[in-house]
Amino acid sequence: MVTKLNEVDAVVIGVGMTGAMIAKEFTLAGLTVVGLERGPDRRPREESVLPRIRDELKYVQRLELMQDNSIDTVTFRNNSEQTALPIRRWGAFLPGEGVGGTLNHWGGMHWRYLPTDFRIRSTITERYGAGAIPGDMTIADWPVSYDELEPYYDKFDKMCGVAGKAGNLRGQKIAGGNIFEGARSDEYPTPALKPSGGAVLFTQACNNLGHHPFPAPFGAASQPYKNIYGIQLGACEYCGFCGRNSCEANSKVTAPTHIMPALRDEAKFTLRTNAFVSKLVYDRQAKKVTSVLYTDMNTGEEYEQPAGIVILSGYVFTNSNMLFHSGIGEPYDARTGRGVVGKNYCYQFEATATAFFEDKNLNPFMGSPGDRAVIDDFNGENFDHSGLDFLGGGYIRGGSGAEPPIGGRAVPADVPSWGSEWKKETVRWYYHAVEFQNQGSVYANRANYLDVDPIYKDALGRPLIRLTYNATKNDHAMSRYMLTKIDAIIKEMNPTHYELHPRPLNFTIVPYQSTHNTGGTMMGTTPANSVVNRYQQSWAAHNLFIMGASTFPQQHGYNPTGTVGALAYFASDKIVKDYVKNPGPLVQA
Amino acid sequence: MTEVKLPRRDFLKAAGAASAAGAAAATGIAACSPAAETAATAPPAEPEIWLTLNATEAAFVKAVVDTLIPADELTPSGTDVGLATFIDRQLAGGFGNGAKLYRSGPFLPGKPEHGYQLALSPRDFFRAGISEANAWTTKTYGKEFDRLTVEQRNEALTAIETGKAQFNGGFTSNFFFDNFLQLSMEGFFADPMYGGNKNKVAWKMIGFPGLPASYREEVKTYFNKKYDKEPQSIADFS
Repeated sequence: MVTKLNEVDAVVIGVGMTGAMIAKEFTLAGLTVVGLERGPDRRPREESVLPRIRDELKYVQRLELMQDNSIDTVTFRNNSEQTALPIRRWGAFLPGEGVGGTLNHWGGMHWRYLPTDFRIRSTITERYGAGAIPGDMTIADWPVSYDELEPYYDKFDKMCGVAGKAGNLRGQKIAGGNIFEGARSDEYPTPALKPSGGAVLFTQACNNLGHHPFPAPFGAASQPYKNIYGIQLGACEYCGFCGRNSCEANSKVTAPTHIMPALRDEAKFTLRTNAFVSKLVYDRQAKKVTSVLYTDMNTGEEYEQPAGIVILSGYVFTNSNMLFHSGIGEPYDARTGRGVVGKNYCYQFEATATAFFEDKNLNPFMGSPGDRAVIDDFNGENFDHSGLDFLGGGYIRGGSGAEPPIGGRAVPADVPSWGSEWKKETVRWYYHAVEFQNQGSVYANRANYLDVDPIYKDALGRPLIRLTYNATKNDHAMSRYMLTKIDAIIKEMNPTHYELHPRPLNFTIVPYQSTHNTGGTMMGTTPANSVVNRYQQSWAAHNLFIMGASTFPQQHGYNPTGTVGALAYFASDKIVKDYVKNPGPLVQA
Repeated sequence: MTEVKLPRRDFLKAAGAASAAGAAAATGIAACSPAAETAATAPPAEPEIWLTLNATEAAFVKAVVDTLIPADELTPSGTDVGLATFIDRQLAGGFGNGAKLYRSGPFLPGKPEHGYQLALSPRDFFRAGISEANAWTTKTYGKEFDRLTVEQRNEALTAIETGKAQFNGGFTSNFFFDNFLQLSMEGFFADPMYGGNKNKVAWKMIGFPGLPASYREEVKTYFNKKYDKEPQSIADFS
């Protein structure tokens, strides 16, 4: 039997970063909000404390903060001809679970997309002609511009206390920052982190080559900082445990540290954890979601929560899957190209390299992902693609440190993997490795998509979501080109030894690569080409708004979080200002 | 010590508390085996208690971790730094029993791109892998892995690592090796509270300082300078 609860102004499905942001903004506007989170609550003072937080086995290897595959996972295949098999244990990417969601364990790389990224199809067509975009490359302009998003990027920066150095302040280019970035209305809230030894070497080499290096923008405060919700945050400790872990310094941005202290005790907010939403109840005639069904995973009891506004803020896979299970929107059909739900799934294409410097002491355990240096010279349309056999690009990052020892012991490839010789070589190289990475774009292809798996089920008996994805010719060509640039930078650094790591031909679900899955509920200009409009509002149900990188039309050469945050504030602002007073489509179809 | 009629490993188990070296000699294990060498020079062994491994499995695990991490000038052997204990505890607990592992069928053969697709929990996977490895060394050398000489162990493990050893259990020998190596390295470099990395020996070996790992100033003061500190573990802060 399903227990029907009293209607609230808004229900938020998934209390991760965007869910908590929206809930906070809604309660500030006087709305009553129920947050449904299928994972556990996460309280930094209990979880993220010394000494227990410095446990690489538990957090980094056993994936303490990640979604439980036994409850819900994703099936995967490389192409439509294959049978997809379930991801039984996370590998290539790591969806999180619990209050704070996937952002609890992010590495903190905090970016804005380029102004040209937002109108990528138009930019490419203008520069290289209408024939430049291959027929199977389904990239699209975003229905929102950089300039429109800028105030919300700025607000998100200030909620986070981001560390960095501006390279374009209100149109004025500043050497030492990213001169390719869109104009910023304000400087970063806190200064850039101190560079790691590897980042200093990388910066020198890039300067010698005429590139434009700058410190990586980082989603953590570099000094004590009070955010826009009045929460006092600590400074980054350069502990080296950032990735896959939360932060005991209350510095790295997460919902539990940066929002929940200002939301938890809010009278208009109710948090329900272990509440697994199975379905949205959809009124096709009224074009509305009337309520959501969820199972209390502690008791097994089912509830129906009616709400005026429904915020779907799950991870990328959850968002598409919820629409499939609820019959909202037309599923994408890869054969015909028709339909929109599940379309334009994209990933991040990361080529890497390692260089060893025997004469440098790089203290590999110190630091954070934010002490890297970056060049943006070969990202998006920052460079001319005339005569090249690909579109897209990505930033290139170099640096050392933040490598706990189970996962972070680089040795040259010809070193044996065990025995006395392995020990000697591990000791020899441990302090001396610099890592390089290209954060490569993935431009959407009609063969890559999400749909409903025909075989495998989740713990509630619902079909799993199926991922059909492989790297494209374009992405491989892009990646090879970026490796030539990395190669030149490394040569300029004059290492003892180095190795480039080209991408394997087929995408593989192991080992870890990137948690930057995007698409499936893409935004656009019409119901025929997208799932949501520029305000992240569903075309099929006007009181349904979808948050997260699932609304990206394609993935550009940056980590997605900065843009995810900006879009959430852009949408919540519009909902609070206009939708609440006058519920209905915010963009006419 | 005269109950030689007992199956060898039951006898070893009973005798372990008294003298591992004596037991090894009494049962005719080659005196040159690394376990015997280490035992002769090490302080009296603690009683061996296994949460889940049976005697055959324990002997295999000890022999393999002693091959992966041999006693040398850098560290004591894998067994002596607690790796067999670590593996036993991991397999006995949540990880070994498939916590957070999606275990619904059908279990179709996957490609390497699909990652782990077996119906087995990690505990049962190791049970099967050990059994296959011992069957292969018995066919090849006439003995189970733990009774091989050091040279044979290196040779056999290389064959298992490279997939040259024929396994019949639905997975390749190199897949088993990769998983075994991963678990061993986790034990070697994890916080000592899990049973491996005894006395922080692996952290000392590479120069990983452990906790508290607050380097806001050190990242500058130790720039291009080796941060050479005695490592501290979670227990040191508890």
